[in-house]
Amino acid sequence: MSDLFTFLTRMGDNTLVLGHRLSEWCGHAPVLEEDIALANTALDLIGQTQMWLGLAAQVEGAGRSADDLAMLRDAWDFRNLLLVERPNGDFGATIMRQCLFDRFHLLLLDALTHSTDTRIAAIAAKAVKEVRYHADRSAELVIGLGDGTAESHTRMQTALDALWPYVGEMFTDDATDTAMAAAGIAPLPSTLRAAWDTQMTDILTQATLTRPDGDFAHQGGKNGAQHSEHLGHMLSQMQWLQRAYPGATW
Amino acid sequence: MTNADKAARREWPLWEVFIRGQHGLSHRHVGSLHAADAEMAMKNARDVYTRRHEGTSIWVVPSAQITASAPSDKGPMFDPADDKTYRHPTFFDIPDDVGAM
Repeated sequence: MSDLFTFLTRMGDNTLVLGHRLSEWCGHAPVLEEDIALANTALDLIGQTQMWLGLAAQVEGAGRSADDLAMLRDAWDFRNLLLVERPNGDFGATIMRQCLFDRFHLLLLDALTHSTDTRIAAIAAKAVKEVRYHADRSAELVIGLGDGTAESHTRMQTALDALWPYVGEMFTDDATDTAMAAAGIAPLPSTLRAAWDTQMTDILTQATLTRPDGDFAHQGGKNGAQHSEHLGHMLSQMQWLQRAYPGATW
Repeated sequence: MTNADKAARREWPLWEVFIRGQHGLSHRHVGSLHAADAEMAMKNARDVYTRRHEGTSIWVVPSAQITASAPSDKGPMFDPADDKTYRHPTFFDIPDDVGAM
């Protein structure tokens, strides 16, 4: 499996898994406006998935399509971050997860618009506009809920504390990342951390939330070594139709 | 339930949304939504009313800030214009070379 293919599945699996998670809110969000906004974000991410996994399939050259990669791989072949497969929890936890990921996603896509691989730069240029909006929105909501009522503040702090151990994996470098950086295709994830920290500190301060102390970081999502049990459950929901009726279309 | 609980459960304020479809056309009222503040109203308007590329510009206005004419005043407000057809510019001969008005 080439490093480029691995890198592209990481990009596409992050957007696919988070997009599916957000789609789980459809019809369940606390107010109509948020319901539509979450569905819009989910659709943006699924759209980006089509581009990333489409390019991954092309790079692989094994006759698989983006749909094949999304619907016919098992959990251990997924390369998404553990953060995005976390269950939705309450609305606050969903928004906190979104904010933590959006900031990373935006920094990464901004850098990818300068990728030496023009196909990657083109996808990033399209996606970055959508993600800039996602990042604006989730930050405003974190600030609004964190600096809101006692109830909303407690829920946001609880969500932040629970999700914090999944932050570190976003900025972990491995051999694939080193190869991508050496070729000028993608930045080393660790180089994005300082900017992320600055932006997140600003958001959390405005939200009157306390940044957790620990730096412990769960690993095993982006290398596929140890996904949480939640991913399998999610995939069984997401993939059952293609598994039960192979090749079904509508 | 205490008054504070009741206040916390109150709905967000209502906002009216106006969207300009294309440059050169004026903003049109497209509907309303709930939001806690103006920034959120703007984002919600974007998400609820421009999903299919309907607009190039959005205005949001707190519904409470709109002063509306009362339906019961319809008679005095609008009926007097009924018999004043001379206010329509239909009594002028328009030269042909002016073209369509």
